[in-house]
Amino acid sequence: MRVYPAVYIRGLRRYSTYRAATLAGIFTNSVFGCINAAVLLALFSVRPEINGYDAADAVTQVFVCQGLIATVAIMGPPLDLGERIRSGAVGTDLLRPVPLLGWWLAEDLGRATFSIAFRGVPTFLIGALLFDLLLPTTFGHWTLFLASVALAAVIGFALRYLYELAGFWILDTRGIWAIVGLVGPVAAGMLLPLPLFPPAAADVLRALPWAATVQIPAEVMLGKESLPGGTVAGGLALQAAWAAALLLLGAWLTSLATRKVVVQGG
Amino acid sequence: MTRAHSDETVIEAVGLGRDFVLSEGPLLRRTRRTVSAVRDIDLTVRAGEIVGYLGPNGAGKSSTMKMLTGILTPTAGRLRVLGMEPSRERTRLAARIGVVFGQRTTLWWDLPLKDSLELTRHMYRVPAADHARRLAELTELLELGPFLRTPVRQLSLGQRMRGDLTAALLHGPRLLVLDEPTIGLDVVSKSTIREFLLRLNAEEGTTILLTTHDLGDVERLCERVVVIDHGSLAYDGGLDGLRAAVPTPRVLVVDLAEPAPPLEVAGARCVRTEGPRQWLELSDNPSVVIGRVAAGHDIADLTLQEPDIEGVVAALYRGTEPRPV
Repeated sequence: MRVYPAVYIRGLRRYSTYRAATLAGIFTNSVFGCINAAVLLALFSVRPEINGYDAADAVTQVFVCQGLIATVAIMGPPLDLGERIRSGAVGTDLLRPVPLLGWWLAEDLGRATFSIAFRGVPTFLIGALLFDLLLPTTFGHWTLFLASVALAAVIGFALRYLYELAGFWILDTRGIWAIVGLVGPVAAGMLLPLPLFPPAAADVLRALPWAATVQIPAEVMLGKESLPGGTVAGGLALQAAWAAALLLLGAWLTSLATRKVVVQGG
Repeated sequence: MTRAHSDETVIEAVGLGRDFVLSEGPLLRRTRRTVSAVRDIDLTVRAGEIVGYLGPNGAGKSSTMKMLTGILTPTAGRLRVLGMEPSRERTRLAARIGVVFGQRTTLWWDLPLKDSLELTRHMYRVPAADHARRLAELTELLELGPFLRTPVRQLSLGQRMRGDLTAALLHGPRLLVLDEPTIGLDVVSKSTIREFLLRLNAEEGTTILLTTHDLGDVERLCERVVVIDHGSLAYDGGLDGLRAAVPTPRVLVVDLAEPAPPLEVAGARCVRTEGPRQWLELSDNPSVVIGRVAAGHDIADLTLQEPDIEGVVAALYRGTEPRPV
């Protein structure tokens, strides 16, 4: 199993070479975070509480979101897998004695680790400096939040793996991205915290896997009762269930794709 | 050139076939058509053989290669590679074979060659000591030393190919599958790779199956060739037999100093003229023919054209002689 750590390290190293892009990302995420926070503060100055969220909750979620946006990557960038399926280069991936899903999971978690450490944390710190954020007060709570972030990264990977896997059947996944690029960020609670939607709409969005990438981690940090079972543990359990379900679906579709579908190119 | 082959079967295909269903036409009146890429192939390769798998583009070579390595599921017949059913046991099979596609690389573009080779150790779970010993051997044989620490994207095609071969061989596979291993390489690089493959086969008994369009590869490496055309087996036997089945003379292209009527020299037949340039189909030693031409004419330039394997194969399939180009 040592191949996965080796691939993970390689993913980490590969992204660590993009220093300028990382700095630019921190800048963009911070600016968008400040704009979102300012809009939400204006809203909450009119109504101090909306469906259990107050101003501090909302602004905290804004910066959890900006910190996670590049890590879960559900707005992109796509996995290289899609391009490799289109060009047929996935053929050489399939000739490795390593399952396709595990290989890409390891590499993407390497990328996600770099992203959370060098882009997510600085962005969140900038938010914490400029606004009053509601931070966990105990080491245990921080640990649970970190676990939630790790699960969010796995779910973000699993979703993007499924988007790209569709390329085995439809060849071009741009259409998929056009849909999920719109639905995903809304359902994740990236655009607005889900409690700000009408409760019926929020319930529908919470039932989708994207909610487990940002909304749940934000509520885990805030310790909200809107989490499943009203506890942080319930939130983590829901995330773990999504991660397992999506990865299993990915593994099943991978075996279907490689058995039924043709690898492109001579 | 005879080598000892064991009786152990490495590849066994019986009635192997692959159909593709194509959907054509506008969405509402779409028709489905079945096309056979590979039909009814029987092929047995024994341990220690070097087999050339030849055929024109679109003949079904790549489809066969994909089925052998498990990335394409056959629609007919039975296939066993090292005793495994490739499409069902792809990952397990991958651990025991080596594959190089000349047009694609398994190396990591943005990392030094050494890093990619180090990763293969983990991928194939080779003990560190075995890996180090084998890497040292291959580094010497393929002269990788000077560019082991160079990022793969900066390597020349010949260097990259040697890197890919090394990556495919570090785990000591019993079977090496090569798809156009010398494509795009210069003469020296080709020769390095051919000599290396011969040595690998002789010393370790590695079974090699390769596709190529390069007659030099076939002549130097393969004592057995399998020709496929339009998805079916057209020939399976020795290289000598293939030559005998299809006479393929070499062609001497002569640029005379002055335009002249078609040359008449013993051991050659003029098949085409174009100004001062003449194409002579050889039935005798080229140097003898050149001497005879030079005795009567001033020669400005000379080239000797080898018949290319596609011509031989196409001729074999049509049952006609290839036309010189």
